[in-house]
Amino acid sequence: MAEVKEALFSKQNKALLSDPLNDNNPISVQVLGICSALAITVQLKPAVVMSLAVLFVVIASNVVVSLIRNLIPGRIRIIVQLLIVASLVILVDQVLKAYAYDVSKELSVFVGLIITNCIVMGRLEAFALANGPWKSFLDGVGNGAGYALILVIVAVFRELLGSGKLFGIEILGHKAKTLAESTGLYSLGYENNGFMLLSPMALVTVGIIIWVQRSKNRKLIEQH
Amino acid sequence: MEYINIFVKSIFIDNMIFAYFLGMCSYLAVSKTVNTAVGLGAAVVFVLSITVPVNFLIDSYLLKPGALSWLGEEYASIDLSFLSFIMFIAVIASMVQLVEMIVERFAPALYGALGIFLPLIAVNCAILGGSLFMQQKDFANVGESAVYGLGSGIGWLLAIVAIAAIREKIAYSHIPGPLKGLGITFIITGLMAIGFMSFSGIKL
Repeated sequence: MAEVKEALFSKQNKALLSDPLNDNNPISVQVLGICSALAITVQLKPAVVMSLAVLFVVIASNVVVSLIRNLIPGRIRIIVQLLIVASLVILVDQVLKAYAYDVSKELSVFVGLIITNCIVMGRLEAFALANGPWKSFLDGVGNGAGYALILVIVAVFRELLGSGKLFGIEILGHKAKTLAESTGLYSLGYENNGFMLLSPMALVTVGIIIWVQRSKNRKLIEQH
Repeated sequence: MEYINIFVKSIFIDNMIFAYFLGMCSYLAVSKTVNTAVGLGAAVVFVLSITVPVNFLIDSYLLKPGALSWLGEEYASIDLSFLSFIMFIAVIASMVQLVEMIVERFAPALYGALGIFLPLIAVNCAILGGSLFMQQKDFANVGESAVYGLGSGIGWLLAIVAIAAIREKIAYSHIPGPLKGLGITFIITGLMAIGFMSFSGIKL
């Protein structure tokens, strides 16, 4: 079948990149990949590392599956995909253990859970199996970035409100034992909201992000 | 006593959904009615209580550092734990396939009820999560890991049935448009998770 040749960054391809950031965000609209997204957003640093890991796995698995899409028998495609993704995740896990041991300890089982992260499988099933490698690459970048966007927003709110820090640096001033010794906001009597550090608040934060996004973009509202 | 402790802990304190957010994708997608939620929940209990002990055996006799020592002295120094992800997921995928075939052959009624959910389960984070947490928790024997698998599954079942029941009720409530569906489900899950946190001090 002759394919119409199109530019590397045609309008359609650009949409592949930009749609997942807002209109078709993997977390807040497609509802994929929430499993591992919420537990690691207490601080910004693990959230960023996790986003990069997922970005890499989504892109690489999309490209690989798209390259061999015509060779995979339909009946066992899930197992084939799982094995490809699992080998990529082992790669990520070993790299993390070698170069960022602290973060990999903090992420614990959640690195392994990238394998069953619904974003990866969802994009493989919905996109890479039906499209060429370049488009799949763009789709991977877009969806990985959309995932990263939500993760970083949630982590910023939780770390800033929960412990007054970003990336472990004290943004709101230093909290000492007495009011007189504290600096910044803490000298005015500000207290950290410890509740933001607990897991339920991740869910509520995502709920609020969805609320804000849908009230700006009314065509996403569910009817029922 | 140890068994009861692990069982209760894995249902309430380390609840798969409210403490670790595992299996959220299917939790959100399949929780619109109680009937389907019970079906998926039962399938998860079933698969978790099989795969966790199987993976425990694989981990302790093949993968852990020193696990191969039953082959002879010279194998004692081999550490294959970096292979655990791929082994676990392969076991889960093939177990799901196997369970599906067995159920179809011997319990057609159950197959009718679980049918469409079984293949979905291979990519449910709660299943792989169960095996990975099992590896981290260092259980003493197969029995403990089996109890842990069963408990985590029941915890997941409880959570999805509860949210499905709530979603059936709030379908008739007046919720701000942008919050409808997904948004309100997230917030309710958050509130339920706060409720479940009150179990965290319990020791048996």
